[in-house]
Amino acid sequence: MTRTEPNRSRSSNSDSDKNSGNGGGGRTTAMRVIVPLQGVVQGRGGLFLGSVIPCAFFYFLQFYLKRNRKNDESDNSGEQNSSASSSSSPNSGLPDPTRSQSAGHLTELTGLPRSLSRILLSPRNSGGAVSVSGRVNCVLKGGDSSPYYVGQKRVEEDPYDELGNPDGVIQLGLAQNNKLSLDDWVLENPKEAISDGLSISGIASYEPSDGLLELKMAVAGFMSEATKNSVSFDPSQLVLTSGASSAIEILSFCLADSGNAFLVPTPCSPGYDRDVKWRTGVDIIHVPCRSADNFNMSMVVLDRAFYQAKKRGVRIRGIIISNPSNPMGSLLSRENLYALLDFARERNIHIISNEIFAGSVHGEEGEFVSMAEIVDTEENIDRERVHIVYDLSKDLSFPGLRSAAIYSFNESVLSASRKLTTLSPVSSPTQHLLISAISNPKNVQRLVKTNRQRLQSIYTELVKGLKELGIECTRSNGGFYCWADMRGLISSYSEKGEIELWNKLLNIGKINVIPGSCCHCIEPGWFRICFSNLSERDVPVVMNRIRKVCETCKSQN
Amino acid sequence: MGLLSKKATCNTHGQDSSYFLGWEEYEKNPYDEIKNPDGIIQMGLAENQLSFDLIESWLAKNPDAANFKREGQSIFRELALFQDYHGLPSFKNAMADFMSENRGNRVSFNPDKLVLTAGATSANETLMFCLADRGDAFLLPTPYYPGFDRDLKWRTGAEIVPIQCTSANGFRITKSALEEAYEQAQKLNLKVKGVLITNPSNPLGTTTTRTELNHLLDFISRKKIHLISDEIYSGTVFTSPGFISVMEVLKDRKLENTDVFDRVHIVYSLSKDLGLPGFRVGVIYSNDDFVVSAATKMSSFGLISSQTQYLLSTLLSDKNFTKNYLEENQIRLKNRHKKLVSGLEAAGIECLKSNAGLFCWVDMRHLLKSNTFEAEIELWKKIVYEVKLNISPGSSCHCNEPGWFRVCFANMSEETLKVALDRLKGFVDGPSSTRRSQIEHQRLKNLRKMKVSNWVFRLSFHDREPEER
Repeated sequence: MTRTEPNRSRSSNSDSDKNSGNGGGGRTTAMRVIVPLQGVVQGRGGLFLGSVIPCAFFYFLQFYLKRNRKNDESDNSGEQNSSASSSSSPNSGLPDPTRSQSAGHLTELTGLPRSLSRILLSPRNSGGAVSVSGRVNCVLKGGDSSPYYVGQKRVEEDPYDELGNPDGVIQLGLAQNNKLSLDDWVLENPKEAISDGLSISGIASYEPSDGLLELKMAVAGFMSEATKNSVSFDPSQLVLTSGASSAIEILSFCLADSGNAFLVPTPCSPGYDRDVKWRTGVDIIHVPCRSADNFNMSMVVLDRAFYQAKKRGVRIRGIIISNPSNPMGSLLSRENLYALLDFARERNIHIISNEIFAGSVHGEEGEFVSMAEIVDTEENIDRERVHIVYDLSKDLSFPGLRSAAIYSFNESVLSASRKLTTLSPVSSPTQHLLISAISNPKNVQRLVKTNRQRLQSIYTELVKGLKELGIECTRSNGGFYCWADMRGLISSYSEKGEIELWNKLLNIGKINVIPGSCCHCIEPGWFRICFSNLSERDVPVVMNRIRKVCETCKSQN
Repeated sequence: MGLLSKKATCNTHGQDSSYFLGWEEYEKNPYDEIKNPDGIIQMGLAENQLSFDLIESWLAKNPDAANFKREGQSIFRELALFQDYHGLPSFKNAMADFMSENRGNRVSFNPDKLVLTAGATSANETLMFCLADRGDAFLLPTPYYPGFDRDLKWRTGAEIVPIQCTSANGFRITKSALEEAYEQAQKLNLKVKGVLITNPSNPLGTTTTRTELNHLLDFISRKKIHLISDEIYSGTVFTSPGFISVMEVLKDRKLENTDVFDRVHIVYSLSKDLGLPGFRVGVIYSNDDFVVSAATKMSSFGLISSQTQYLLSTLLSDKNFTKNYLEENQIRLKNRHKKLVSGLEAAGIECLKSNAGLFCWVDMRHLLKSNTFEAEIELWKKIVYEVKLNISPGSSCHCNEPGWFRVCFANMSEETLKVALDRLKGFVDGPSSTRRSQIEHQRLKNLRKMKVSNWVFRLSFHDREPEER
């Protein structure tokens, strides 16, 4: 099986996961060697190629035969793992220094992504004859040990409460919007708003799983409001899902095959590892942005990442950006967006624009420009590569109601997504509730406005406080986060130093923040602080706690 | 652009099969007693509309549940901010209790082993993600629910290998059929990861017998594979023999502390038993902690909104209501089932004897021109386009014998069912000649019944009672 690989990668790239290759290996080898060779010899016609290539192939063939014989013995025990073992074994043979040429070919075989082959191997190690799927191991492993989940758990166990538990852990990790009061509209809208829906028997029956048209219209209206009416959204291009996670996963399923990859500029949302990769088998290629450039993404670096991936045979299907950015809170400028679109056009890839904080733009400088506005004037072919993810739960602080949307210009993506929403639909009582909540434009305007004002004032407070402690933040204009530079506080300039500081913040300072490494930031010492949970009164408490940590750091140094 | 993934463009979502085609046809021309009496009657939708009034009257009595209130106090903020993907504890407790009640309290369920998902569809898919890798196979007894081709295979990359069941023994699962399917999978070079059954069966409407469950448990323990028991119709068992959950058999055989126990997973939902498919509430119950925690994490891709959870936790905690509801619902289903069966008999059509579900498995083999699936599709087309009933052909359920159809009876009013049965009888008795006049006759009859049907649609319990009894 392994023998066939180099030839195949030449004739047909990247479909190797379909290959079940067990048994009859010798015969297929012979065929595959001959067929491409004939093509080469006849095509080029050169006497030189005709003689050198068969020699080279014969050499490799012998080498592979020799090595394979060894593998066969060990493989007999795990015969059932046919496709898994056959396609992962060449990877294990990679670091052979003499095989530089064929090694180049081997890396192109990414029918199975690196992560997946690792997954497929793990159940064998986990003992028992019956196994759960490899994904389970990956999902379980992926979670608990990362600071992201550890911190979350600490908060659950010991949550801060001004009166009840003043020594508890303060949640600065999870993006909630706790303090925005939504009780108002429930009080204003008498109960018919909700229960009327329920008394109609229709509400309980099967409804289109991608959302009721009424709700889509309301969501489109809300999105327009969030973008200050600079663009109008077409409800027929919306697909509603239960939460932004599933919206991103659905897009990942629709736009990429297992083994393909998306480019993601870092630092990025820690959630992408879960949403994009877990179940889809799709990979992420991080494109690092640096503090020296103010974490702006550079087209040159993007280009380089694209070509490096291409060289390795990884097909890039798209780029995922968040605007306003998570974790930095910066906004992408119009020029940036046009440059991105040009990039996507040249490379013929998709753009997933994650705009879940669109309604939470709080800064006065800078203007939020939706990708929808950029492509509004473009030709169809370019519109079709743009997909926007929108989340009602962030801006409206409804996380419990689980409702998000995909907005796409691509009819095929829309129809595939609609079908996929049967697997993550929004519950119909909730749809009716949302309709009554956001249909009224006045309500929506007021909500967005209060939300913005609140975020702005708390952000200003927090940044001021941090500055007094000598901690600078990058300029944030949207979203719930500050991106804080604590490089001065880490004991060693490494991820280890960063985690050490994070531990101190959690255990001494009792605040849960997200370390930059969770956001795949390549520079240690940056932290994401979520401020939307705080009230003005909480800020001094947080500052005192951070000060305590600063002092311990300094005394140690 | 040719830029989409294979999943988005390939056909394994199965939505183009005749099962879904019939739906499309129906949507173009839906029957309405008054507005469109010549339209197609939807008999392909397994939806329970017989007992809405019970839920509605409960809601009328308990307005707090739907209005974010607990003892009169608004808990909107608490619910709106609720983010824990483990779900509301009160809802999980209520759900576990309801599941036990549904099984005559012969087994109990631990709420910690429940995973909430957005509907049974998502529950099944999540289990598949947890148990099978790309290219692994699950064995399913035929005929099976057409949607499984989409739910189980599309995104997970898993395969389905049919366990061939035949009418000779009433489509029961036998030892040899299980073995054959297993061998078949091995021949196809697929690693078998488990068996998935629906109990009560969709589309057969029969409950799985204790013997069958014993066979299945023996089989999975011998082969060291998983068993998924999809029990979403467990509350619709309207007549004896009663429903036996695989959990009961495990308990009776004292397998609770063995590895077999860990390999049995149950899928449940409220869509069928409470008739609330729009609520999209499903659960996975697994004895394997590994699966529970992985599935819980995956459930973040399809969570139930907190509002719905709260509403249902209040509803299900009302023990009087659930008890009443289950009993009353079963009585209504039984009556409706009887009407369908006798109506079909009058047209000379037999059904597989069934005791559960919202549908019958109808034998129309004698109406086929030849014993082939082409003839089945031909007959099905006639029934959809001429008789104007949307029923699901057996081939869409992967039945290996042509001539069987799934006919749903609980998603329409009694009048509509009568119309449907008359149409069918007309078709069987004498094609084309009598049909027109019958439809005319029916229309007149319907006009007379307008008042009656109006209140049926209002679906208020007291109005309805004389109708049903």
